[in-house]
Amino acid sequence: MVVKVYGPIKAACPQRVLACLLEKEVEFQIVDVDLEAGDHKKPDFLLRQPFGQVPAIEDGDFKLFGKVLGMCSLTLGVIYLFIFIFKCVNILLLAESRAIIRYYAAKYEKQGTNLLGNSLEERAMVDQWLEVEAHNFNDLVYTLVFQLLILPRMGKQGDTALVLSCQQKLEKVLDIYEQRLSTTAYLAGDSFTLADLSHLPALRYLVDDVGMWHMVSQRKHVNAWWETISNRAAWKKLMKLANY
Amino acid sequence: MATPVKVHGPPLSTAVSRVLACLIEKDVQFQLIPVNMSKGEHKSPDFLKIQSRAICRYVCEKYAEKGNKGLYGSNPLAKASIDQWLEAEGQSFNPPSSVLVFQLAFAPRMKIKQDQSLINQNHDKLAKVLEVYEKRLGESRFLAGDEFSLADLSHLPNTHYLVNATDRGELFTSKKNVGRWWAEISSRDSWKKVVDMQKHSS
Repeated sequence: MVVKVYGPIKAACPQRVLACLLEKEVEFQIVDVDLEAGDHKKPDFLLRQPFGQVPAIEDGDFKLFGKVLGMCSLTLGVIYLFIFIFKCVNILLLAESRAIIRYYAAKYEKQGTNLLGNSLEERAMVDQWLEVEAHNFNDLVYTLVFQLLILPRMGKQGDTALVLSCQQKLEKVLDIYEQRLSTTAYLAGDSFTLADLSHLPALRYLVDDVGMWHMVSQRKHVNAWWETISNRAAWKKLMKLANY
Repeated sequence: MATPVKVHGPPLSTAVSRVLACLIEKDVQFQLIPVNMSKGEHKSPDFLKIQSRAICRYVCEKYAEKGNKGLYGSNPLAKASIDQWLEAEGQSFNPPSSVLVFQLAFAPRMKIKQDQSLINQNHDKLAKVLEVYEKRLGESRFLAGDEFSLADLSHLPNTHYLVNATDRGELFTSKKNVGRWWAEISSRDSWKKVVDMQKHSS
């Protein structure tokens, strides 16, 4: 049964889901959602995703929703990103992509990469770092992308003070990651898990798109970790699919 | 005989009360270790306080056969639906409701000046989120399905404060489905016990 993933491949949340499906060797089909045409607000799409966002997953009779953080890149066109962000910037940053990846990591436990750790305690660490990513890391990167990439392309001025403040906060967060990764090879322990995977989309934006690669490269262990996880076959496959 | 789980922290904390509610639902013995907030014991140098939702998930997995067995779903699909609404709680519900709880219930007690524009902003955000909840709860009895789950439980701490310690309770009680849902989840024995613990701890 082929899983249908609704959402633009260049956006962060669909990427999170796609990376997981690739690691788990699960077949999928990307159904592009034209945010500009307002596809995501049409009644039948809303049936799939009550918050009217992307991605949504359709797997047989089972439907799960998720949300795009709107981090589309240069070539995708800023207009539909703008419409999307305009609608959601004052609302909420749902991250149900993390619910989707939890589901697939468990459903296909026996195939592909083990993304859940090797014990209950490791799984708790995976959960914990998924929360850290969602609550402490993701929003900061999202704000930087919005202020430094999106707004200028719309001919608007980014908020420099906000950028500086985010940068400072992000430096502190990455110091914690540096500390953690000096004791373990990966966030939850000795193997690659959902916790690491979940960071990939935003890390890529940080390093490639907003010119802040130094934040990663200046930290020995964070750098080594980024090099390792971004060189995984599944992630490289996704990058190719997304035309990076 | 298993040693009881030790829970560090004041029951008044929303994160702690979330974990307590979960332990009580799962019928897991625990021991509450008070943390002296005024002495700053709660500000551990390691900012990695284990997130309460991660703890709840762990408790549910570890004690799968105890207490409320369906709390985190009895099959993968049920669990995925619960995870989904747990994410919604963490990402959409928690931020605005936490700000309101702090500004309206705690700041006055701590003699901290309230920020009216922050209150208004977050009131509006929360109202929008609850519109989605209203629709959802018109389709199913609880957030993730027809059974009470960790997803509903996770909403208890902040909603309790908003309804009982601020004037914003009508965000919930004025909505037909959300109001019905709140009445049902807040009257669970486990939550009543936590509220009791909160009353006796201050």
